[in-house]
Amino acid sequence: MSSSKSIITKELKDAIGVESEPVTKEIEKGAIIKFAEAIGDTNSIYNDEEIARKTKYGGLIAPPTFLRSIDGFLGPSKANVKSPYSAVVDGGSEWEYFEPVRPGDLITVTDYLSDLQEKDGKLGNMLIMVKEKKYVNQFNEIVALQRTTSISYEPQSPK
Amino acid sequence: MPTQNYYEDINVGDEIPTLQKNPTTQQLVKYAGASGDYYQIHYDKSFALENNLPDVILHGALKNAFLGQLMTDFMGLAGELKKLTVQYRAMDIPGTPIFAKGTVTKKYVENGENILECDIRLETHEGKVTTPGKAKISLPSKTS
Repeated sequence: MSSSKSIITKELKDAIGVESEPVTKEIEKGAIIKFAEAIGDTNSIYNDEEIARKTKYGGLIAPPTFLRSIDGFLGPSKANVKSPYSAVVDGGSEWEYFEPVRPGDLITVTDYLSDLQEKDGKLGNMLIMVKEKKYVNQFNEIVALQRTTSISYEPQSPK
Repeated sequence: MPTQNYYEDINVGDEIPTLQKNPTTQQLVKYAGASGDYYQIHYDKSFALENNLPDVILHGALKNAFLGQLMTDFMGLAGELKKLTVQYRAMDIPGTPIFAKGTVTKKYVENGENILECDIRLETHEGKVTTPGKAKISLPSKTS
């Protein structure tokens, strides 16, 4: 029985609330344009400098979920929070926005593990991890906060 | 460019104009490249099957982006997105259209801003909700 032995180790539990090392990334204009194109959003505020200049932003900004891509390129969290399971699916995301993200911004990301739960479901035994991320710009303004839930499970060979 | 909506013209119960998306495996590869999320379940079918999945599946964050666009289109350039929450309840696979939809649930003024709260969702072409969520935006006023 998998339920008799918890996969939530002391090491994982101890990681709750420990903030990761900050990592800073410069926001490139080309990355914003490419991201907007990849999600299929043709809004000029993401790709047309001339039109964007006439808006209240005075220039290009990034689509709301662009910040997630900073994480992608940074690799896994520096916090010591590896699930014992190698397969992962996304559970959900909660964004709170405060400032726009512009080309040339220097965005610093930190995150920490805020919750851990173990459940049995259609993917077998699952570890549910909640992480809180903070994105801060070069003016020391909080740009956005994001809470993400990831679900990891044991991969099995198909029947 | 999205057209501008104004706070006075929107009421609780109003539907947000539906945004149709047609995700393909090509889009998943583009999104992987643009976001830096190279997890193989999004473009390598045999890898996806080995991980108990029915097929390659859409990135959760891509679905999040579709629902973000639903709101940024609705609020226009003078509006602001305050909160965007999504839950990935079911997986979506590429090759069929999906629809971002929403309804206005609350309307109020907070700290001088004209706020709308909305229930949002992604639906498959069969009408199954895979990704419910919530959004909070501000809209400009006609009088200010």
